[in-house]
Amino acid sequence: MSTRLATKGRLVDTSKPVSFTFNGKKLRGYAGDTLASALLANDQMLVGRSFKYHRPRGIVAAGPEEPNGLVNLGRDGRFEPNQRVTTTELFEGLEAASQNHWPSLEFDVGAINKHLSRFLPAGFYYKMFMYPRSFWKHVYEPIIRQSAGLGKAPKDRDVDTYEHFYAFCDVLVVGGGVAGLQAALTAGLAGARVILLEQTDHWGGRAPVDGGVIDGAPVDKFVEDILAKLESMENVTLRTRTMGAGVYDHGYALGYERLTDHAPHEGGPRHRLWRIRAAQIITATGAIERPLSFAGNDIPGVMLAASVRDFLINYGVSVGDRTVLVTNNDNAYLTAIALKNAGLDVPVILDARVLPEDRGLVAQAKALGIRVMMGHAISSVKGGKRVTGVTVCSQAGEGAVLEEIACDAVAMSGGWSPVVHLWSHCGGKLRWDTAHACFSPDVDNPPKGADGMAFVTTAGAASGTFALDDVLHDAHAAAEGVITCLDLKLPKDVVAPIAERREESPLAPVWMMPHGASAKLREKTWLDYQNDVKVSDVRLAAQEGFVSVEHAKRYTTLGMATDQGKLSNINGLATLAGALDAEIPTVGTTTFRPPYHPISLSAIAGEAKNHVFQPIRRTPIHDWNESNGAEFEPVGQWRRPYAYKRGSESTHDAVMREVKNTRERIGLLDASTLGKLIVKGPDAGKFLDMMYTNMMSTLKIGKCRYGLMCSENGFLIDDGVVARIDEDTWLCHTTTGGAETIHAHMEEWLQTEWWDWKVYVANVTEQYAQVAVVGPNARKALEKLGGMDVSKEALAFMDWADGELGGFKCRVYRISFSGELSYEIAVDASHGQAFWDALMAVGADLGVMPYGTECLHILRAEKGFIMMGDETDGTVIPQDLGLHWAISKKKEDFLGKRAQERSHMTDPNRWKLVGLETVDGSTLPDGAYALGEGTNENGQKNMIGRVTSTYHSPTLDRGIAMGLIHNGPDRMGEVIKFPGTDGKVYEAKVVDAVFYDKDGEKQNV
Amino acid sequence: MSEPVTALRGASDATGIATVTELGPLGMITLRGDLGDKAIIKAAVAAGGVTMPEVRHCATEGESGIAWMSPDELLIMSPYSEVHARLADLPDKLTKSHALAVNVSDARAVFQVTGPNAREVMAKLAPVDMHPDHFTPGMFRRTRIAQVAAAFWMPDAETVQIICFRSVAKYVFDVLNMAAQDRSEVGYF
Repeated sequence: MSTRLATKGRLVDTSKPVSFTFNGKKLRGYAGDTLASALLANDQMLVGRSFKYHRPRGIVAAGPEEPNGLVNLGRDGRFEPNQRVTTTELFEGLEAASQNHWPSLEFDVGAINKHLSRFLPAGFYYKMFMYPRSFWKHVYEPIIRQSAGLGKAPKDRDVDTYEHFYAFCDVLVVGGGVAGLQAALTAGLAGARVILLEQTDHWGGRAPVDGGVIDGAPVDKFVEDILAKLESMENVTLRTRTMGAGVYDHGYALGYERLTDHAPHEGGPRHRLWRIRAAQIITATGAIERPLSFAGNDIPGVMLAASVRDFLINYGVSVGDRTVLVTNNDNAYLTAIALKNAGLDVPVILDARVLPEDRGLVAQAKALGIRVMMGHAISSVKGGKRVTGVTVCSQAGEGAVLEEIACDAVAMSGGWSPVVHLWSHCGGKLRWDTAHACFSPDVDNPPKGADGMAFVTTAGAASGTFALDDVLHDAHAAAEGVITCLDLKLPKDVVAPIAERREESPLAPVWMMPHGASAKLREKTWLDYQNDVKVSDVRLAAQEGFVSVEHAKRYTTLGMATDQGKLSNINGLATLAGALDAEIPTVGTTTFRPPYHPISLSAIAGEAKNHVFQPIRRTPIHDWNESNGAEFEPVGQWRRPYAYKRGSESTHDAVMREVKNTRERIGLLDASTLGKLIVKGPDAGKFLDMMYTNMMSTLKIGKCRYGLMCSENGFLIDDGVVARIDEDTWLCHTTTGGAETIHAHMEEWLQTEWWDWKVYVANVTEQYAQVAVVGPNARKALEKLGGMDVSKEALAFMDWADGELGGFKCRVYRISFSGELSYEIAVDASHGQAFWDALMAVGADLGVMPYGTECLHILRAEKGFIMMGDETDGTVIPQDLGLHWAISKKKEDFLGKRAQERSHMTDPNRWKLVGLETVDGSTLPDGAYALGEGTNENGQKNMIGRVTSTYHSPTLDRGIAMGLIHNGPDRMGEVIKFPGTDGKVYEAKVVDAVFYDKDGEKQNV
Repeated sequence: MSEPVTALRGASDATGIATVTELGPLGMITLRGDLGDKAIIKAAVAAGGVTMPEVRHCATEGESGIAWMSPDELLIMSPYSEVHARLADLPDKLTKSHALAVNVSDARAVFQVTGPNAREVMAKLAPVDMHPDHFTPGMFRRTRIAQVAAAFWMPDAETVQIICFRSVAKYVFDVLNMAAQDRSEVGYF
């Protein structure tokens, strides 16, 4: 069993007990524990079930490479699935539950899959679920969806907040082990601005666990001293609980800081995403131990040798009482020695190598009286939910059992792989290191910046240097190289510290244990614990022709689980290489993509949640709208009132009331969102003639003109009223959504095509609050306000004038989008609300009511005015809408002119705009299609058009609509069928699009 | 004429690690023209009442000042009550130059973030190196704050003054307060 020992761990504080629960069971740990060490201390080795076969899964590792220990963590607003037990710090009240089992962790029905494993080989899903085709949607997919996913999806809203932080530095060092600390110190001493990130809550990495002597002192002391030096340096920033998650182009890197995961009730943001720009990046990310591939290597109790050591030394937790060590290298002997020194039993060390002499750690282990069997291996591990023993065989053979040894834990080591992820994210290449049997960074092919120079350097074990002395030298040298790139100089007396060397025998690569393992053993030999990929699966993939490692990965799902193959990838591709009779480097690796270890989506979103999820643009009258019944609709990022509801009135009734009131008395529209662009310069007229389809240069000062704007492909992109302000100044109104895009459109043409034209554009949209005063009583209201002359004589239809109304300095445009007598009045935004209030006050006796966008739509539709986005959809040209009158024939050119002459644009078969009037007075469904004769080649009914705008008109008391119809204008009087989604087929007569006041007598008074 | 009101009527929040306050109204004129043209600079200096700032800098004195916005754009600042007068003075000085001068005072909102953590609050929202060695009083940045366009400068070592569009004033106030929330000190600068 696993338990807490009397010998205290380095990192736990036994004076501070912490209670937590696992699957509802109350357990105890100490401050400083990870959830993994605390679970093990409570003999909770079994932590979950694997994805495919629901095999019992125990903790395998002690760090972010852990594939099995994933739990549902927390509850309600702090619930999160797939949290790794090895990277979760223990805190008082932590609640964890295991995943992927039913009904319980101990007894799981899904485990029946493991008995079916012969029938669930690699590529099973691809083979099985292809036929019959109809089964996918109705049978297979629902079943797969049921069984998919490890953790539960959170149901409640996340209660925490998150943030970003932009930091800039000369040198970013990722990894706070001895290499990272040394690299940061060297770079810091040269005067560089340094940020050093460490993913855990403590410094030193694994060197203090593995021991050694640096500059005559133990590693712990070295770490303490160097940390003190770094902390005293103003140019160095140290962050624990901050993982270097990814490296991107131009020295951009992400740091993932977990501020309150270990103390959820402390307040403040939970995660902080550091968005770092670094001139140079040093990755001191260490190395990850590889498992060995032997039968039964997935049984709970089989653990990486270094992790056994970590739990023992850092947390005072023994994984088992009797631990068999199996290895192909010297380093793992440290585990056996540490266990023995802690008074635990190590019945045997099975070393796959045959060494000519006992040196270093091997000799030390033997001297402690540990039995060492050279050239031996594990044939298979015994046990179900927990290891009960191992059978021993020769590494060279096929697995014939020589003896059986009882044990409750197995510590395995297949060598070490440098963590090359961050080096590789931005294109750093790898080379195969035969001596250490691992992929190491290829220093000749580093990630390069815009200047063609390297911007990432590795340090320490991440470089593929493993001996403590080499690690420190490499880290110092890495920092020296970086300093040179930055044109900095190291003070003369700074040298790398020197560590005592251990005598070491070389590692022997072992990709299969035993070497000639039978098919039966291979079927029980796991590569990927989480996704259940075995040696036999990878070999099957090779046999079926999967030569590329990327394809084999996807076919077998090797390395595709949430650990992204940190343990399984190298063993998997070595197995693939073996099956293909290829060299490992020629098979290559899969792609390393950020993040290194999963980061929360909330950290990526940062502050963008709840009320600041997106910016909401508010007009100067927004607050008034809000407190006067406005039901808002989004228009771009604006919120515009759709209608102002009164009392218990329905939205529809409010709209109907607003239309009638505006037609009969007076309505106010908050039109502040309309885009307003000032275009000025000696060439402004010429420029606007290019921008609009109609002529703007001839517009007289004091006059307005409605204009259309097309893209160079001839399609309508915007419309609005243009006013000539003075000799070389125009004011162009755009649609609400078009203000920014049309401004950019103008700037683009001015900057790229007509850069020599003397024109400046300024977006003054938000300078003004603009109010449309609309209806037969509009003039009376303005006259009551008093000030400038707004009579027909002084201010005719399509005139504008500057002046004062009710003491407000304003600009009044006599324009109408409703067909009524209408003034649009712009005042400085800071006076917008006061002006609105003044209008409401003088309008009180005249029947004034505010109206929203739906009323605006109905008013314009009754008049047959088009609306961008309704009558246009990016494929519509002005000619389709019968707007020939707004297209200048005199102008030599304008944007869209040539495009509109293309054969398809002049095709008489284009759908054209008409009015539609239902036969029974009902309202056509929006977007409904018009039916033609017969069917097409797919047996579908032919369609000849569609509805673009449709409303119930309270003015006419029936449904009115506009639509684009094939040969529309030639079909006047014809009745066309429009099937609705409600089952009803609507019939509508083709009519003129102007339903109300065809002669414009109402607006021209 | 009514009293001018700002978007948030001078809202302020001092509950977090820095104080966020809406200022204004402030007079602002966008002046576009060739910054190599001496007449333009002369007109700007007269309207702004300060010396011409360097590229990516601003020169301010109280509510008056000039900020460099782009190679062909300046922002002239003045007390709100003076903006119409200052704008009216410009055309005479620019008769021979191609230029555009418009009042944008009401199109903007102005905020101040104050306190020892002001730099940190900004660094949470704007992709700008706020390190005291790199962003010093007198510098001016046009950038973004979270998802919206903004510009800012530091009148002194513990004060950041921000300009954004008026319609997003509430959003900017809210994100600044979010970034200044209690217990969110970074300790970086």
